[in-house]
Amino acid sequence: MELVVASSVGVLTAGGVYLILRLRAFPVILGLALLSYAVNVFLFATGRLAINAPPVLQLYGEASYTDPLPQALVLTAIVISFGMTAVLVMVALGAYLEADDDRIDLEPDEEAQAETTAKKETGA
Amino acid sequence: MSNGGSLLPIIALLPFLGALVPGLMIRAGRTACASFTAVPTIAAIVMLGTMTPAVLRGEVLTAEIAWLPQLGLTASFFLDGLGLLFAMMILGVGLLITLYARFYLASEDPMGQFYTYLLLFQGAMLGIVLSDNILLLLIFWELTSLSSFLLIGYWKHLPEGRQGARMALAVTGAGGLAMIGGMLILGTIAGSYNLTDILQQGDAIRASEWYLPALILILLGAFTKSAQFPFHFWLPHAMAAPTPVSAYLHSATMVKAGVFLMARMWPVLSGTDAWFYIVSTTGLITMVLGALIALFKDDLKALLAFSTVSHLGLLTMLLGFGTKFAAVVAVFHIINHLTFKAALFMTAGIVDHETHTRDIKRLGGLRHLMPITALIGTAAALSMAGIPFFNGFLSKEMMLDAASDTAWAGSEWAVPALATLGALLSVAYSFRFIVHVFFGPKRDDYPAKPHDPPFGMWAAPALLVVMVVLIGIYPKLVGPVVAMAGAAVTGGELPYYSLKIWHGVNMALVMSVIAVVGGLILLALHRPLDRAWLAAPRPEAKAIFDALVDSLVAVTRRVTEGLHNGSMSRYLAIFVAATLALGYAAFTGGRMSPPTRELLPIPPVAAAGWLLLIVATALVVINHRNRFRALVLIGVIGLMVASGFVYLSAPDLALTQISVETVTIMLLLLALYFLPKTTPKESTARHRLRDGVIAVAAGGGVAALAMTFLMRDFSSISTFHLDNSYTGGGGTNVVNVILVDFRGYDTYGEIIVLGIAGLTIYALMEALLNGPAGRKLKAAPVPPDRSRDRHPLMMVVATRAMLPIVVMVGVYIFLRGHNQPGGGFVAGLVISIALLMQYMASGFAWTQGRQRMEYHSMIGWGALIAGLTGVGAWLGGAPFLTSIYGYIQLPLIEKFGLGSAFAFDLGVFLTVLGSVMLMLYSLSRIARHAGETVNVEPMDYDPSLRVQDKKPEAE
Repeated sequence: MELVVASSVGVLTAGGVYLILRLRAFPVILGLALLSYAVNVFLFATGRLAINAPPVLQLYGEASYTDPLPQALVLTAIVISFGMTAVLVMVALGAYLEADDDRIDLEPDEEAQAETTAKKETGA
Repeated sequence: MSNGGSLLPIIALLPFLGALVPGLMIRAGRTACASFTAVPTIAAIVMLGTMTPAVLRGEVLTAEIAWLPQLGLTASFFLDGLGLLFAMMILGVGLLITLYARFYLASEDPMGQFYTYLLLFQGAMLGIVLSDNILLLLIFWELTSLSSFLLIGYWKHLPEGRQGARMALAVTGAGGLAMIGGMLILGTIAGSYNLTDILQQGDAIRASEWYLPALILILLGAFTKSAQFPFHFWLPHAMAAPTPVSAYLHSATMVKAGVFLMARMWPVLSGTDAWFYIVSTTGLITMVLGALIALFKDDLKALLAFSTVSHLGLLTMLLGFGTKFAAVVAVFHIINHLTFKAALFMTAGIVDHETHTRDIKRLGGLRHLMPITALIGTAAALSMAGIPFFNGFLSKEMMLDAASDTAWAGSEWAVPALATLGALLSVAYSFRFIVHVFFGPKRDDYPAKPHDPPFGMWAAPALLVVMVVLIGIYPKLVGPVVAMAGAAVTGGELPYYSLKIWHGVNMALVMSVIAVVGGLILLALHRPLDRAWLAAPRPEAKAIFDALVDSLVAVTRRVTEGLHNGSMSRYLAIFVAATLALGYAAFTGGRMSPPTRELLPIPPVAAAGWLLLIVATALVVINHRNRFRALVLIGVIGLMVASGFVYLSAPDLALTQISVETVTIMLLLLALYFLPKTTPKESTARHRLRDGVIAVAAGGGVAALAMTFLMRDFSSISTFHLDNSYTGGGGTNVVNVILVDFRGYDTYGEIIVLGIAGLTIYALMEALLNGPAGRKLKAAPVPPDRSRDRHPLMMVVATRAMLPIVVMVGVYIFLRGHNQPGGGFVAGLVISIALLMQYMASGFAWTQGRQRMEYHSMIGWGALIAGLTGVGAWLGGAPFLTSIYGYIQLPLIEKFGLGSAFAFDLGVFLTVLGSVMLMLYSLSRIARHAGETVNVEPMDYDPSLRVQDKKPEAE
């Protein structure tokens, strides 16, 4: 089972990294989603794997429990990563609507243009 | 060492507190503003006055406020003779400048600002001379650079002012940086950062192998501050400041800080060959060069500026000689230079103020029009020239005396000859100041009609000139002060010296006579010399400085643009590769213990799930150009991850993952409504190969890391949570108890982050819709292939029937959260999905019209409730977020537990719900803006109209 989890984390990371290196906003967002899965599962796994041992106390009778702390941390991480994705989506959308283009890299001429406008703004 | 310095921190702090006053008092008028500026200064003088008797007796007063004593960080102050002399000079001249500036500044100059800067600067200078801890001294040192920047650039509309301020800041700031290094070395050698300790350890410091680096670094700081060659060029450019600033900075304070520091460190650093050759040579060059340039300056203030450079060189040279006699002479000349130079600057300011020019070539004959000013200026300039019966004469004689005994690299005559030359030039430019400005025939082409200024304006320089003459005639007057400060510099015992006018015919007198006669001859020849000087090529310091700055800027620009070329994928590739390299280094650098855990078996279901996940991930990567398909596949991955959580004993995570998955996909679908549906093929094969290699390496590394720790046991703090969850937190679901109790503070922070994310998205949406993008959206054509049946009957009916059920499920999940998997996070997500279904099925406007609660306020209420629950613990005297719980028996239902954690979880629930809804609502609103229509009826499609199919959509 450990091998299953470790290889899943690895494959998700590899896919995520490949996608965030693309040139358009949408694949980058997808890549970040994959990386979020990978990181969450990775953090969860630091508590080691256990089957049939949820950290819900059995008040009567003996039971074993897995480590609850990574679970608590990952729970909030899942929700926060949603928030992060949402902000990114909004920024990407704004950039696309303003520029008619969802490329994430500045072209050399675009960069020069951005610089001159920045200069104009500071100069004014 | 006695204490009794308890007032010292207050004195150092007073100007800073006082700096707040002028800005307010300016509303009460200019005189009130100036008067109140004087209050902290006068208070500080009075306090210092109470300590003066003790210091005159030779005591050293100290005060210490411990901050981090383990690191040697204490705010410690001390007052000895040297400190008292400088503190009194700073405050005394500060007071005179306050008075002078009241009359000097024009009505359109913001006077409140001026006095605020002045007090800030005064406080920084006071801090330097009173600090015992050298780290504290360094802070004040930097503060003088910063506050002088504000003062020099006070006339913001003048480009020279801004450039001069920038140059002064760059030069003195850079020197300050060097000095930080020097002081740290010094503190390390001495084993203490307190000056009082360091001053005791001169021998150890001079013997240390780190002596030379420390010396050079500290001298860099002192030389830049005191405008020593080759850093002298900033000072004349700082003359663009208003004259009161020049008078203050360049007579008594800023530039004297370097001299002060050299005097302060004199017992520790002087006495070596390195000190002698570096300091005295620099001083000598500066003295002669400054005087030479001063002679050919036509701007009154520039003349005075270079004369200041020259006199600072003189002081540096005296300190550099390393003899006790020379050091005492330096102290004496500091006092004399202060009096005549401040008076001269103020005179120059008066002349400028009255005639509207500072160009010596346009002046002359002012003695007839401005007799009082002429008298003051002449007396002060005679002192600068070193004419008997003025105080400048006394210290100049002693300087020449000291110089005549000094051999430089085996040469007996080099120092005396150059010192005489310096004095000669000094005589020449001083007389030029007198003769070319005040004497000669009255002219009729002054830019303004000059007359003497009001009393308030000439009072300050007049007072200084009275001191010039008094000291000049009766030097014993300042005898105790010189003795007190001189003893502090030389470290206790004073050498033989006598302050008197007539020392008999000696070497110094001969040199002095040569200087005066030569200087007068030089002045007579000024006109041809001036032409020759102007014709000769001279290096222009400002041009060199600007070229240096420009080349530095060019280098940094090349580096920055080389690294930041605007390509985000390149940054990310570098980032991932660097992380990989670091991970590899850490991995190979350590040792691994043998595995301790047995591997768990892999059941077939898990294997199938794994296969699905791997295949889906691979397909996402392969198919990412088709964005819809990739999105669907992402959903598959999310489901597999959630199933994994179920299997691996994490029910809470599974619930959260599955609900977050749902809203994430909805969010991305909404975004995809606007974004292009496909990704074009842009990167080259080589590029893709590079990215693939990086990605595979990263994935392999993470997998190896995960596998490594999964096979090994570890010690966890979770036993505490498991043991105390029920007894201390009142819940059996340990994950939830951790969230709302043990680590409630973390959760509190996290929901606030989520709330901020929600509000950010809302704000972005507003900005977007009100900007050019919003207009573009409005004009965008509605996609023609849109289905008319956008709100299908079945879906509308089903979602409405499901709404109460889903809400009930949400409430149930929320209520049981403390004991069973669930809780505020999951419940918030579930309810938001229920609401989102309504938006999707029945349309945005229809749902929005029936929605009574603002999502913003939901976020606010959530954060407030969670926060108040935490604060509530204070009422019981417990720390923030300590939870309490008890059992409540209501009629009809079973006894149940209720804790404050419940209220906290309610806050979490509300914030999560509000944030998620606000995010998706914002995106939908953009869609609405882009020509989405509103269905007036619950269902906007009537199947019976199929034949005509022409029903217009209501807007």
